[in-house]
Order: sequence, then structure tokens, then C-alpha cells
Amino acid sequence: MTTAALQEDTPGKRAPLVLGHRDFNAVTETVAGIVEKKTTPSWLVLLGLAVSVLLILLGSLGKLVAEGLGIWGLNNTVFWAWDITGFVFWIGIGHAGTLISAILFLFRQKWRTSINRAAEAMTIFAVMSAAIYPVFHVGRVWFAYWLFPIPNQMSMWPNFKSPLLWDVFAISTYATVSILFWYVGLVPDLATLRDRATTKVRSIVLGIFSLGWRGSHRNWLNYEKTYLILAGLSTPLVLSVHTIVSFDFAVSIMPGWHTTIFPPYFVAGAIFSGFAMVVSLMVLARKAYGLEGLITIKHLENMNKIILLTGTMVGYAYAIEYFIAWYGGNEYERFAFINRAFGPYKWAYWTMWSCNVFSPQLFWFKRIRTSIPAMFVISIFVNIGMWFERFVIIVTSLHRDYIPSSWTYFRPSLFDISTFLGSFGLFFTLFLLFLRFLPAVAISEVKGVMPQADPHAGHDDHGHDAHDDHHEEASAKADESEDEGDEGEEASDDAEKDEEESRG
Amino acid sequence: MDKAHRHEELEEEAAKPFGLMGYFLTPGELMHACEKLKNAGYKDFDAQTPFPVHGLEKAMGLPPSKMPWIVLACGATGLLSAIALTAFVSLDYPLVISGKPAFSYQAYIPVMFELTVLFSAFGAFFGMWGINRLPMFYHPSMKHPSFPRATDDAFFVTVEAKDPKYDASKTRKLLEELGAREIVEVTE
Repeated sequence: MTTAALQEDTPGKRAPLVLGHRDFNAVTETVAGIVEKKTTPSWLVLLGLAVSVLLILLGSLGKLVAEGLGIWGLNNTVFWAWDITGFVFWIGIGHAGTLISAILFLFRQKWRTSINRAAEAMTIFAVMSAAIYPVFHVGRVWFAYWLFPIPNQMSMWPNFKSPLLWDVFAISTYATVSILFWYVGLVPDLATLRDRATTKVRSIVLGIFSLGWRGSHRNWLNYEKTYLILAGLSTPLVLSVHTIVSFDFAVSIMPGWHTTIFPPYFVAGAIFSGFAMVVSLMVLARKAYGLEGLITIKHLENMNKIILLTGTMVGYAYAIEYFIAWYGGNEYERFAFINRAFGPYKWAYWTMWSCNVFSPQLFWFKRIRTSIPAMFVISIFVNIGMWFERFVIIVTSLHRDYIPSSWTYFRPSLFDISTFLGSFGLFFTLFLLFLRFLPAVAISEVKGVMPQADPHAGHDDHGHDAHDDHHEEASAKADESEDEGDEGEEASDDAEKDEEESRG
Repeated sequence: MDKAHRHEELEEEAAKPFGLMGYFLTPGELMHACEKLKNAGYKDFDAQTPFPVHGLEKAMGLPPSKMPWIVLACGATGLLSAIALTAFVSLDYPLVISGKPAFSYQAYIPVMFELTVLFSAFGAFFGMWGINRLPMFYHPSMKHPSFPRATDDAFFVTVEAKDPKYDASKTRKLLEELGAREIVEVTE
């Protein structure tokens, strides 16, 4: 299968998105089968592990609520450390899901269809893991609702000039829109599961969540328009979210944070880390659930190319920060950057460079970017590197501030570590539940990109008058809008390709 | 007596035909059938497919979706709400920072943007289900014995009885000519 995919990847001819000569029913069977078959012991073991780690999170947060922020390793100088690092880390991971579901949709990248569902799920779970940090960092978590402009007896309002409040709006909007987008995508697939349900309970539960979807084309028409609109809304949204996250730093006057390059640099980093996480998860999930024919080497290779691109962009940002620190002539800025690379945290800084900038460069080699073990290892390196990037930005900028007497060296406490570790428990518990109970691949979308889904594909099957009828219709309508014109072109391209094939 | 009469009415309604349904195995055949139905003058017919068949709306002669207008209205509401919220809050509880005016709209742009997106997304989500009249507990087209395949691998066409051109035998004949399989008249 692998070599077939590679051979197909010649310029001018697209690799097939679904391997193994499947028909529509086979796609349904493959994906729905995962959800419908009996729970496997290995899944239970994994869930048990994930839940144990989740319990570590709950214990750590319980301790935090009971005793206060003092249990973390923060001090007067380093007032933000692992908590905000964890927050930015998880939010960044979430962004790849939106990139795959929204931005690649707008660019008509059909290969997104087999990975978008799982990537969107990853987004939602990553945002949930991220939200833990700011919510608990307020200290008295029972007052977390103060973050929202709710009328109260003190007639006090939050400060809308603060990037931290922008963040509240950005993250809550992002979480809400991601969930709506995900659910809209799920409804037709839940209807598929409903129509296959064999037990009363399944049919009722799925019946409720599929909202009575019946695949009516009058409904599909509004559905597709909505999907396009949600993709169009999510695209600027995801860019704004990480821009605003970077504003948490960039709007301050802290040397090392006060940089205008932060918004694009953070967005590139977010996409970079998110794709690495998608690769790590998909490599495992496709193997565990036999989805190799739907999530092909081609899909993974495309993601690796994006990792290479964004990794290089991140490397450029690291370099340009140094250039500006030197060229800007501000001695505090210059000190912050020299201290970052050669100060007490140099080990973290060079870990970041090795993982984020050097390791993805291996993806220039086709053999590496199409090798499952290699890409898995590199994706893990990228995840580690991106955690270190946030740690480096946050802690090295803070630990040596303007007054040398307050200089310090931050060490995480046990609870810093357990909270971060525990957030993986939350993420993986939710992800495993998703893989078990919801269709992990967008069934209807994958069917839509299969060659036999093109209504023009079946021309030879029926009479000639139908053929002519349709073409007259198509050419008459083609002028009406650009979009339709594009579709026409695409179709004729396909026809040309088919002709070429038959000649060859 | 009244009750008995209502019962009768209900029964009559239950037996009323909803329309004729049949299915095809390829999107191409469905597209062809929809074109033929449109050309034969049918208006109240629908297709049920496992995925959106592109170009089918042209074959069926459907108008474009009204969704963008709903979303535009909701987005505008979101933007105005955000302006109202930030203006009210900053004037009701002024926080003077660096001597900047209380209503420093430049600093509120992120919040305005986010709320515009949030309201638009809600508009898109709820508006779409509203236009599609979903959630729906039951639809007559689900009575076709092979309906579960409509979300799997079959491409259904339904000609509704309320169409003025509907005629149980003629419409059935037309569908047969088009090659539809398992043509069944489903009741309301």
C-alpha cells in the first residue's frame, strides 16, 4: 500500500485519498465498525492508564484549591511559569485541528477529510486542557466567573483594556465555535450510525443526537453553506486566538516579550505543534483501528510537509528576534536574549532549537517523511520542543528582571509537574472516549472525495441524452458564478486526466 | 362522537400517501433522474444522499441557500453588542490607564471581533437547523424499507404527493424508466 501511494505521487497526478478500491459501503463499515464492535481489552487498559493520570490532575487541583497557589514553584520574580507554559502549549496544539478543518477546507485540500474529525476532537480536548491553567491560576477558583462581565453587587466590571480579558473572550469563543463546528460535522455521521443501530438504546440516543437528519439534498444545501461559513469564521478566529494569546506577552513591556513579531510567530508555532500532535495521534490510531486505507501515507506526508514549513518559520522567528535585539540597540532587550541563549536556562533554549528547528529539517528527505517510526519520533521531539519554546519565552524573560537583587532561578514544584502531567490524562481520557464512541473519520466527507462520488464519473453507465443534457446545463450555468465555473474546470481537468490514462 | 370523528380523521391522515420513493446506486444516476423530474415539471421532490452530491441543486432547480443572510444579521448583532458592552462597561466603571480615554475603542477591537464571530457562529448553527426544520422526530421518507441505506450507499429520490403533477401510476412509471430501484409509495 505504501509503495503504491508513493508511485502515485508523481507531478500531474494526484495520489488517491482512499486506498484499497473501496465502495461507499466499505467506508461506512470501516469507520462505523470501530464504534460498533465490542470494547477491546487494549482500549480498556489505555483508558485505565489515562484515567489514572487524570486522577493525578484532579488530586493536584484539589490540593491547589485547598492550599492556594503557594504549592506551585512560582515566586515574586517568576510569577508565571509552568502554568502559562502549559496553557499556551495546549492551546497551540488545538490550533492544528482548526487549521485542518477550516483553513484546508477553504483551500479545497481534499486530503483533510480523513483526518479532520479526529483533529477537531483534539482541538476541543486541548482547549479544555488549556483552560484548566488560567482558571486555576486565578487562585480562588470559585471566583473564576469574575473574568466575565457579569453585573455584581460591587458594580465592578472587568478591564477590557487588558490582553488577559481579550484572552477570556478569545478562548471561550474558540471553544464554543470549535464545538459547534465539530457537532455540525458529526450530525450526518451520527445519522449513519443511527440507521445501523441494532439496539433500542443506541437507536434512541443516536436518534436524539443526529437530530432526525435524513440526508435530504434541500438540507445538504444549507448544511454545506453553513459548513463553509463556519470554516470562514474559524479561519480568522484561530489566527486571532493565538494572536491574542501572544498579546498576553507582547503588550507588556517586559524585555523578551515586547515584540511585534509575536503574533505571526505564535501562530506558526501553534500550527507546528498541533500538526506534530496530530501526526503522533494518527500514527497510533490508524494502526490500532486499521485505518491505513483512509489515513494513508500521503496524508501523513502532507502533514510532515506542513511541519517542515512551520518549523522553518519558527526557526526564522527565533533568529529574527536576535537580530532585532541587536539592531534595536536596547540594552535590556539585548541582555534578555544573551541571557536566554547563554544564561542559566541555556539547556532549555538549545533543547528548543534542536527539537523545533533542527529535527524537522530531516523532513526534507522523502524517505524520512514517509517513514512511520521516523515521523513519530520527530513529532514527539516537536511536541517537546514547543513546550520548551513557551517555557523559554516565559521563564527566561522573567527570572532576571531589572533589579539584580531579585534575580532567581525557577524550579518547578512537585505540583507544577503533576498538574502538567495530569492535563495529559484529561486529554487522553477524552480522546480515547471519542475514538470509542464517535466516528473518528468523517464518513460522509470521505465518501464525497472518492472518485465514484463525482456525478460525472458514471457517464458511461447511462444513455447519451443524459450526458448531453447535463453538459448543456452545466455550460449554461457556468457563467453565472465563479465558483460554479471552477467546478466545471475541475471536472474537465479530471476528464482530461482520464483520457490521458486511457491513452497511456 | 367528536372524538370518534377526530380518530377517523387521524387514521385518514395516516394513510395519506406522502410520496413515491426509489433509489439509485450512483450519484450520476440520481443527478440524471433529478434533471428529468425537473424537466417533467415536478417541483416537490427531494433527494436523500449519504453525502452532498455536488451540482445536484442545479439538477433539482433549487434556489441558493439563505444562510449567509442569517449569519450576516447575527454577526452585525454581535458587533453591535460588543460595542455596547465595552462602551457601557468602560463608562460605568472607568479604569483610567496611562491617561487614556475611558472608551478606548482601539483596545476593544479584539473583544468586538470575538463577539462578532461568536454570534455569527451561533447564527450559522441554529439558523441552519431552523431552516432545515431539524431536529425532527420523524419524517415520512424514513418509512422506505431501504431508507437506512440513504446514510450509507444509496441515493434516494422522493417525489412528494403534494406536487400538482403527482400521479401515483404515472410518477411511478417515470421513476421506473429512470431506473430507480425498490419504488415504494410511503404514507405520511
